[in-house]
Amino acid sequence: MSPEPTNTLPSEESTGERNNTSAVTAVDKVARRVRVQPARGAKNPRSKVEAWTLGLAGLLLMAALPLLNLSIPGILPTPTYQPGSLQLLAMCMLMAAAALSYHLLIGVAGLLSFGHALYFGAGSYGLAIILNNFGLPLLPAMGLTLVVALVLSTFTGMVALRVTGIPFAMVSLAFAQAGSVLVRRNPGGATGGEEGVSPDTAGIPDFLIGVANTRNLYWLSLLTLLIVIVVVTWVQSSRAGHVAAAVRENELRVRVLGLQPYWAKLLIFVVAGVLAAAVGMVFVLLQSGTVPRQVSADFTITLLVMVVLGGVGSKWGAVIGGVLYTLLDQRLSAFANSSAVESLPAILHVPLSEPLFILGALFVLVVLFMPGGLTGAVRRLRERLSANSVAKRN
Amino acid sequence: MSTLILLLITGVGLGALYFLVASGLSLIYGLMGVLNFAHGAFLTLGAFVSWEMSRRIGEGTWLTFIITLVIGAAVGGVFAALTEFALIRPLYNRHIEQVLVTVGLSLAAVAIFEGVWGTDSQYTKGPEWFTRTTDVLGAQVPNDRFVTIIVAALVLLGVVLFLKKTRYGMIIRAGVENRSMVTALGIDVRKAFTLVFTIGGAAAGIGGVLASHYFGYVSPALGGSLLIFAFIVTVIGGLGSLAGAAIASVVVGVLQQITNFYWGMGDFVVIVLLAVVLLTKPTGLMGKTA
Amino acid sequence: MIPENIEPILRVQGLRAAIDGSQVVDGVDFEVPATGITALLGRNGVGKTSTIKSIIGLITRTGGTIELAGERIEKVPTHKIIQRGVGYVPEDREVFSALSVAENLKLAERDEHPNRQLVDELFPDLVKRAHQAAGSLSGGQQQMVSLARALLNDNKLLLVDEPTKGLAPKIVQEVAQALAVAAQSVPILLVEQNLAVVRQLAAGAIILSGGKVVHRTESATDFLNDEALTQRFLGVQSEGAVEQSADTTSGGML
Repeated sequence: MSPEPTNTLPSEESTGERNNTSAVTAVDKVARRVRVQPARGAKNPRSKVEAWTLGLAGLLLMAALPLLNLSIPGILPTPTYQPGSLQLLAMCMLMAAAALSYHLLIGVAGLLSFGHALYFGAGSYGLAIILNNFGLPLLPAMGLTLVVALVLSTFTGMVALRVTGIPFAMVSLAFAQAGSVLVRRNPGGATGGEEGVSPDTAGIPDFLIGVANTRNLYWLSLLTLLIVIVVVTWVQSSRAGHVAAAVRENELRVRVLGLQPYWAKLLIFVVAGVLAAAVGMVFVLLQSGTVPRQVSADFTITLLVMVVLGGVGSKWGAVIGGVLYTLLDQRLSAFANSSAVESLPAILHVPLSEPLFILGALFVLVVLFMPGGLTGAVRRLRERLSANSVAKRN
Repeated sequence: MSTLILLLITGVGLGALYFLVASGLSLIYGLMGVLNFAHGAFLTLGAFVSWEMSRRIGEGTWLTFIITLVIGAAVGGVFAALTEFALIRPLYNRHIEQVLVTVGLSLAAVAIFEGVWGTDSQYTKGPEWFTRTTDVLGAQVPNDRFVTIIVAALVLLGVVLFLKKTRYGMIIRAGVENRSMVTALGIDVRKAFTLVFTIGGAAAGIGGVLASHYFGYVSPALGGSLLIFAFIVTVIGGLGSLAGAAIASVVVGVLQQITNFYWGMGDFVVIVLLAVVLLTKPTGLMGKTA
Repeated sequence: MIPENIEPILRVQGLRAAIDGSQVVDGVDFEVPATGITALLGRNGVGKTSTIKSIIGLITRTGGTIELAGERIEKVPTHKIIQRGVGYVPEDREVFSALSVAENLKLAERDEHPNRQLVDELFPDLVKRAHQAAGSLSGGQQQMVSLARALLNDNKLLLVDEPTKGLAPKIVQEVAQALAVAAQSVPILLVEQNLAVVRQLAAGAIILSGGKVVHRTESATDFLNDEALTQRFLGVQSEGAVEQSADTTSGGML
């Protein structure tokens, strides 16, 4: 047997008996899994109401932040109503949304993609290029960008999904690399090469331009995150979501059931790509520009790090990972340039002054010692606590 | 005609660099199912340490060049062996997690390289002969191309001899085909894991030294940029196949050079080639039919 | 044919094993006597191969104990179990197709003085084809390689999984002969669907269903002669069908 290219981390020895598994029980198994899945989020009605209330309160708080004068020293650079903090928070939300679109791939469909940045870049570069060259107003330009992203992700997805597992990872990486090369080449002066490109402000409404309007961009980012959460939740609970999840567990059994894993995976791949493009569009407005890094494998890896930090397979983990990573990245850069680090001996000073070293090392530690990331750790802690309280009651 | 010959030889030289990275990637993947994102870091470290050494012992001589090749191989091999031992082995058989730690390692390693050597390119200086050209049927081919090709061919020969003639080579070939059956014959296959990492790392380290002369500089991003094409080469050649990696390396290198020269689209053509291969033969040119 | 009353070579108690979360071996208890061939029988998909694989740790064991010659091995990694003296002949032969016949055998040699002579006498065909790639051999020849790999070493126990599967009748007899010779010096646990071969070779038998042992007998022949029992446990008429048909309606496992 060859090492199986698969995402489900099988035991290498699992081939022999699997063939013997009777078809009937295999079908049962998948059907059960498919049915069981949606029930997990439902829990009991009271906790559902609680969750909704909590979510709504959180949303209102986030929406109200630009109107409030809150200071969180050490985390936010300025009080919350000022552009500095709003810009950082908006970036946190966009990265959370981007990580969430990536969660659809790795967490739901079990696809380890190294090319997701391509679609984010299609959104950011696409919108900028369309605004700069076609003279369209913002909304039609956004619509057109999404169509481009849809076509691009469908086409590349159809090829890449011909293989699974690690080969899929490599192929997705290659496609993104093509995008990255294209962007750096600056064809027809459209992408601005290494400098990147800024969207022409002519097509963009005034209330989305300038530092003074950062809070409008902040609200736009919040809205984007909200929409991405809703779409991701919907896809996860859809039939395609369940098939993809079942494929992640055991592709063979899904095939036995007569389901078409390819199309379910493609659908999820395309939705994830279009969502990433949507986030990319808001990103280019927020940053008033985009650079080749946003199309590079590095950016995809950043998304991957976010999702793994938060916990693979957890929707809220992706959101938390996105926010946390963005804050850490920002804070670590400040930390790296601080005089405290400067004064350290070289052996400590060199690594600590490289934010990527700290993030990379942190990532390795999480993978090695904290399976399930932050949400996994929280869940284990909660289970232990409730087990303790049950033990006490008895 | 002379342009074409120049492009051909330069392309084979580039392919030789790809092969030095791809051979290790392919063997590691074939035996262990691990996609090693840190492989570029092995290459870059080999290149930087060799560059440092050559500055200490005097650049520009053949002896220095040969010493740096040895150092590059040693540094790459040791780094790779440590990686396998400390990061890969604890995650035995958890392929996705294994990929993730190599991703983390490559991030951290590149950041350290930037911290130590800076983000700018460091220019290298080989023996005087490297900078001259040799006339091949009218084409003036820079001599460092030949060195790259010859060294890569020697590495290929060495690896093939090792795989064919030694007991561990036999274990690796058997393990690429069916790892669990190797253990079921009473062989501890994990020793072979460390070994393929070491061999792959050493090849990458040699590749780093050669790349630093081929391109004329070392930078923290050197390994990463070669790694992506090495990935493409391994997929086109067929994962786990050394011969496939060798053939695909040359094909990709030559194709890239020629199209780059005439149409400036080399990188795209390579990716189109990848798509075509996948659509017609998803296992790659010499891949096993899974 | 009844085994002597001495310590069994293999004692399995409450063995459980899972693949991808499915319990494929679900509390199996049995013993393999220190001499002769013991057959492990059951319909398709009842966990025979999984039981064999979990004994040597090729499938993750989730519970129970295994004793080989009185020593516990349920936590010992595969290669060390084999080194203690277990020969394994897997279900689908699993020869290394890119390696030559000689290399396949070389790889399997554990002892300082492997039983070359025995193997060469049993399988003269392999001597002639020593330098041929194992992948280019016929199914029967590949089975010879697979058997030879196990017989090269002095073993305490052989685990042989469906050695006659898909082979022509003439080759089936050759394989059965080889097993009979081997059984003179080493106890064998044999999974076999060809009931004629079982009749010919096996002393005792263990019958699995649904990942559990449902029947044990000290005489496989008596069991096979009992129409009611074979019908109930194997789903076939007693006078052994050569190839038991794949029983997709069983559903008795997992």
